[in-house]
Amino acid sequence: MTRSISRILKSYFMRTFIAVLLGFVVASAILFITGYNPSQCMAVMFNAVFSRPKFIVNVILKSTPIILTGLSVAFAFKMGLFNIGAEGQFIVSTIASAIVGLVFNFHPIIQVPLVIMSGVFAGAIFGGIIGFLKSKFGIHEVITSIMLNWIALYLCNYISNLACFHKPESDGTYPINESGLTLFMYKWKFSEEGRSFLKNNPVLNDIILKTDFNFNFILAVIIAIVVWVVIYKTRKGYEFRACGLNPDAAQNAGIDVNKNIIYTMLISGALSGLAGALALTGSSNPVIHVLPVFENYGFNGLSVALIAGSSPIGCIFAGIMFSALIYAGQSLQFKLGAPSEIVNIMIGTIVFFVALSVIIPVIVDKIVEKEERKSA
Amino acid sequence: MEINKDYAVQMRGISKFFGNFQALDSVDLDVKKGETHAILGENGAGKSTLMNILYGLYGADGGTIYLNGEPVYIKNPSVAISYGIGMVHQHFMLVEKFTVLQNIILGNETTDKFGIINMRKARKKVIEIIKRYGMNVDLKKKIRNISVGMQQKVEILKALYRGAEILILDEPTAVLTPQEVDELLEIIENLKKDGKTVIIITHKLKEIKKSSKECTIIRKGKFVDCVNVKDESEQSLAEKMVGHKVKLLVDKEKATPGDVVFEIKDLNVKSHRGVDVIKNLSMSLKKGEIYGLAGVDGNGQKELMEALICRLYVESGKILINGKEIQNTSTRNVLDSKISIIHEDRHRYGCILGMSVADNAILEKYREKPFNANGFLNYDERDKYTEKLIEKYDVRPSKCKYTKIRNLSGGNQQKLVIGREIENDPDLLIAIQPTRGLDVGAIEYVHKVLIDLRDKGKAILLISLELDEILDLSDRIGVIYDGSIVGEFDQKEANEQNVGLLMAGGKNNDEEHI
Repeated sequence: MTRSISRILKSYFMRTFIAVLLGFVVASAILFITGYNPSQCMAVMFNAVFSRPKFIVNVILKSTPIILTGLSVAFAFKMGLFNIGAEGQFIVSTIASAIVGLVFNFHPIIQVPLVIMSGVFAGAIFGGIIGFLKSKFGIHEVITSIMLNWIALYLCNYISNLACFHKPESDGTYPINESGLTLFMYKWKFSEEGRSFLKNNPVLNDIILKTDFNFNFILAVIIAIVVWVVIYKTRKGYEFRACGLNPDAAQNAGIDVNKNIIYTMLISGALSGLAGALALTGSSNPVIHVLPVFENYGFNGLSVALIAGSSPIGCIFAGIMFSALIYAGQSLQFKLGAPSEIVNIMIGTIVFFVALSVIIPVIVDKIVEKEERKSA
Repeated sequence: MEINKDYAVQMRGISKFFGNFQALDSVDLDVKKGETHAILGENGAGKSTLMNILYGLYGADGGTIYLNGEPVYIKNPSVAISYGIGMVHQHFMLVEKFTVLQNIILGNETTDKFGIINMRKARKKVIEIIKRYGMNVDLKKKIRNISVGMQQKVEILKALYRGAEILILDEPTAVLTPQEVDELLEIIENLKKDGKTVIIITHKLKEIKKSSKECTIIRKGKFVDCVNVKDESEQSLAEKMVGHKVKLLVDKEKATPGDVVFEIKDLNVKSHRGVDVIKNLSMSLKKGEIYGLAGVDGNGQKELMEALICRLYVESGKILINGKEIQNTSTRNVLDSKISIIHEDRHRYGCILGMSVADNAILEKYREKPFNANGFLNYDERDKYTEKLIEKYDVRPSKCKYTKIRNLSGGNQQKLVIGREIENDPDLLIAIQPTRGLDVGAIEYVHKVLIDLRDKGKAILLISLELDEILDLSDRIGVIYDGSIVGEFDQKEANEQNVGLLMAGGKNNDEEHI
């Protein structure tokens, strides 16, 4: 009896669940202290996500980039690398995609892959630089990636203001050519015909017309599964895991650790790049603009990977939860005037308790042991 | 035995649990005042645990400690020190960048009323101790610049400086040359004359015979016997320690060496810090022989290994296997050239603790067929191969292929690693400290496997800090000192004295003076 309960409590899923629960408890306590009614706040947050189909779709849409940056970070984690540069890789990817999307205008069948691949490529190069510097000169990836993040940010601001791309009286570029967008039936849904069709179907109207409806999320799920297969089923994935768990032993077994560092960072960068490219092509306002601060797509990916325990499949769920929390936080402010930062506290608490949750099995073992000694 | 004030230490019914594992099961210990008492047991028998309890590092789950006939509660090492107990751990706890004197007084500094350390007073006190026990230590040198034997003396001085009357030495001879061992035994003798009580933890029988009067034997956490050392032979002590008959001598036929298979010619290597560590080193190995490389730790063994697997750059010289040069290529190339290596520290270099036994079994083979099927791993083949290894090399428990290798015992981890390397069918097997941390049974097994391999006509390079192992196992013995081979012996002409002398740097055996 106690054995089976202890096994359930020790599973990663349960541990994460407990951590999430504790995150809500701490957030409620803080809301209470600052003079808001926690149960009312929770109800508002719940409604903000589930009360309309549009909200659910928006949560899913918003989760796509952070699932991918989460995968990027999780993949590097498996190799023992801390890719804090997902943010920069995301930004350079949007830059590259935006330039290609503005300069060329082919048929969508060519244009869409071209725009996306240029973003993926830019992200991979940015990640690859980090890997190269680490494997060749032993420079720690955290240092180089933080610096590259800032380079990406200012490069974005520079490109946004270039005369050839800059749209007058805005803080960004012209939108990319429509042929490069991955929005679902973009032209049709705003046409007379589309509008009149959707009017008769309120649910579809809500989720297609009123959101940037696209299928990028499905691509993100497929990529998560591919990443899982690569890590756990392929020869290369075995090498990555071996290097991540014990680089010395891997090297002694004839695995070229330095080369694998570069490969890993290329792939990790490409995943963040894909996140950036899809965020651009899946938006109804597909521009890059001057960034006063980071938009946190990459950094949020870090939290997603941490909550998911670096599991590729876990990243999907962690990404959705993360996106839902951010989305709900906005309406918290809107509806009750409660600071939306409460959501950041919640996320921080969840990450904290997930990190702490490794002690749950230890505690469970202690309790079981005591019980058994008592009964013995 | 009665609780009596003639005994410096008496422990009664000491028990200790680590989780579900019972490390000690009601162990008794009686140490007479002013005597040297040995505690004998295999690795993992609980010797160190027992002493760590006496020193206050662990709390006992049951039992009582009496010092001079009085029951005491030793909550932590500070309490132990206040009762006059000192302990020298197997792994020294010294600050590398501090001088000897600074290390000795660390944590027990004499200060004036402004909190300034009174070095002169401290030095006087330390020199007094040094003279009384005849230790040669240079107080001004930094720890990182003195030998391991010297560091051990510093540890002993540290304990004496804190007023230790009872001194616990944990495996004190594990890292010493034979000459340094003799010196240590002399110091112990002097301590005894001065009325100090010394407890030595060891699994080496020879040293017990030389140093101790009484010996307590522990097996698997249980008290076995307390014997008078002079009534026992090495053989009888060993049998009590292991619990069954053992062969102390390695059984082997005379070697029949064939052609030269592996050669190192005038090798020069710089360490990662750019210091010359291997200097004009040459050696050669023939098929069907075991070549033992003896030497004190830190004389270039590690760098020789790293150069061989291409982790260090070879400045000049050649490394040849079957006539093919392999220096400065890649680790992969070295392994592909029919060299297999049993690494020194299996946890760090030999296996990946976070992976399953099966994943570890294919660590060097994963890229070859049938394990690699078009870029994907073939898990069925991996499992089949692992089962074969587990059975052939007697890895226990037998159904462990999906267990993380971290959860196997040290001996079983080593069996898997050795099996993995031997299955590569190498022409040269390099075994570095292959029996470190293993119990007698596992050691016997490892030795047998190595000799079997030799008899199949393979060359084996055995690098070990345990001189006994080298002397027992090798057909030919080379001594490495300061990055060069300073002498070679045939097994029959080698002994502890002539090899030990070269290990310590030849005739030049002068000690630093104060």
